[in-house]
Amino acid sequence: MATSLVAKLFFFLFLSVTLAITWWAARRTRTADHFYSAGRSITAGQNGWALAGDFMSAASFLGIAGLVATTGFDGLIYSAGWLVGWPVVLFLIAEPLRNLGKYTFADVVAVRMRQVPVRIAAAFGTLATVTLYLIAQMVGAGGLIKLLFGLTYEAAVVVVGLAMVAYVLFGGMLATTWVQIVKAVLLLGGAALLALLVLLRFDMNPAALFAAAAEQYGAAVLAPGKLVSKPLDAVSLGIALMFGTAGLPHILMRFYTVPDARAARQSVFWATGLIGAFYLLTFVLGFGAMVLVTPEVIKSVDAGGNMAAPLLAELLGGTPFLGFIGAVAFATILAVVAGLTLSGAAALSHDLWVNVVKHGHADAHEQLRVARAATVCLGVIAILLGIAFKGQNVAFMVSLAFAIAASGNFPALVLSIFWRRATTAGVVAAMATGTLATLVLIYLSPTVQVDVLHREDAWFPLKYPALVTVPLGFLTGIVVSLLTPSAAEAEAFAALERRASLGGGGGSEVLGGRASAAPQARPGRPPREAAGL
Amino acid sequence: MNGDHDARLRALSAARRRVAVALTAVVMVIYFGFIGLIAWDKPLLGTLVAPGLSLGILLGALVIVACWATTWVYVRWANGRYDPELERLRQER
Repeated sequence: MATSLVAKLFFFLFLSVTLAITWWAARRTRTADHFYSAGRSITAGQNGWALAGDFMSAASFLGIAGLVATTGFDGLIYSAGWLVGWPVVLFLIAEPLRNLGKYTFADVVAVRMRQVPVRIAAAFGTLATVTLYLIAQMVGAGGLIKLLFGLTYEAAVVVVGLAMVAYVLFGGMLATTWVQIVKAVLLLGGAALLALLVLLRFDMNPAALFAAAAEQYGAAVLAPGKLVSKPLDAVSLGIALMFGTAGLPHILMRFYTVPDARAARQSVFWATGLIGAFYLLTFVLGFGAMVLVTPEVIKSVDAGGNMAAPLLAELLGGTPFLGFIGAVAFATILAVVAGLTLSGAAALSHDLWVNVVKHGHADAHEQLRVARAATVCLGVIAILLGIAFKGQNVAFMVSLAFAIAASGNFPALVLSIFWRRATTAGVVAAMATGTLATLVLIYLSPTVQVDVLHREDAWFPLKYPALVTVPLGFLTGIVVSLLTPSAAEAEAFAALERRASLGGGGGSEVLGGRASAAPQARPGRPPREAAGL
Repeated sequence: MNGDHDARLRALSAARRRVAVALTAVVMVIYFGFIGLIAWDKPLLGTLVAPGLSLGILLGALVIVACWATTWVYVRWANGRYDPELERLRQER
């Protein structure tokens, strides 16, 4: 592929615009509240676009388009699957989360529990999710940029790492939000334009496109094929996608950027609309690439099929459009890693440093300083891991991140918000068991044993562990809670329910010592953690 | 804070929970129904409902539409019923 000056031009344009945004945001990021939640100043519409930006990764743009182009209908199973988590986020999580927490999802789980164990377990779950997701993105970025821009793999990883650290370090949540918005607009706009160019060749009729695909490659491309050969694998992946979204730390963190629960609700409505529209477009892009570019050509450029959309762009719009789509893919990766880094930094600094090491006694300056130090640490780790995993098959790591989020973070959130008898030991056990069981089972599964380690067989039969680990996470949480009843924690549930519906203010006072949302940023306010410990 | 106020708030939050759980169940049935058909009845999904349009592609698109529809139903309920009642309770406090 002749990638060109145009691609570099578009990419530098994106980099300049986003760095200008970062400079603008940096002047408005003075406190920890600004750093983590943009001072709750983001509107519902803006947050909807930013949520879409956080969620639509290069894997979904390039990966799904490639999968549809090379396998037909089987790829579409993913298109539908990635969206179904969003209604769950809306119905069960978004509003209580916004009303109960401050910066991280651990705030919510810890509301009526003992701070230290809950924070440690939640930070562990967050960092596991974020790290796996980051590795997948960094390795993907390195390979992609090598193909598109001719940069070496290591240089590409370093560029991505430096840019993401710059956004987060200086501009905090405000810059990260606007980077997401710019990226989401570019990605949806680019995908829509590409789909339009495809459909223009088929009288604007998607069915005519599908018919052309069936004519060239047989009717089988319109029906389920061998991708889902084991039914339980499909169900297991479905469970991870459905409940994992509602446990992804970088997604959950976005609900703190809006002023209230109503705005949190509206923003998920926006995000569901945008992300759904994007996945519908992948139907057209995938089959368009299959018919116009052909799977043979796509696979000859990249065996994984990831270049289907860029090749389609080159065919339909020439080198300039290829350059544009390449830059959009790069921007997509940058925005996602920035969001991940910010949520990882929040777990390190807000959960572990401020609430565990300092027991909530940290002034506003220290909080901001620690958050920034954590950002730099994560940036360095991400670059090192990106280089360490060069050439490895890391495609499974995103689904693994979803599985951990679904098996550890999601049960802990649901139990603590909706179940009166949930206890500290219960939610900690749920998070620890869900996360560890997922890691162990994925290691024993064919995904790692056969695909990565090239062994003959695997001890655990399923490719995705969520079918076992999500129920296990819930069951552990319930059983351990019942074994360790806590009158104080059950009593505080009424106050939690009040605050979950009414929001902060009066509600938070009732929870007394357990309230994690105590505004620590306000100087002169006595720390309130002691009573809960 | 009087008992009646508390009871009404609890009733309202229970109503939200019922709507939330019911809609979550709807999405689960739709999505896992789709996955179930893929897993256990592949030929059915290959049937053409129109030239070029297989039942599988149609249902896949409808899963996305169903996500839109259920979120729309929830937001409509929450904005139209839940929020005004919550506002009344807030003012009375």
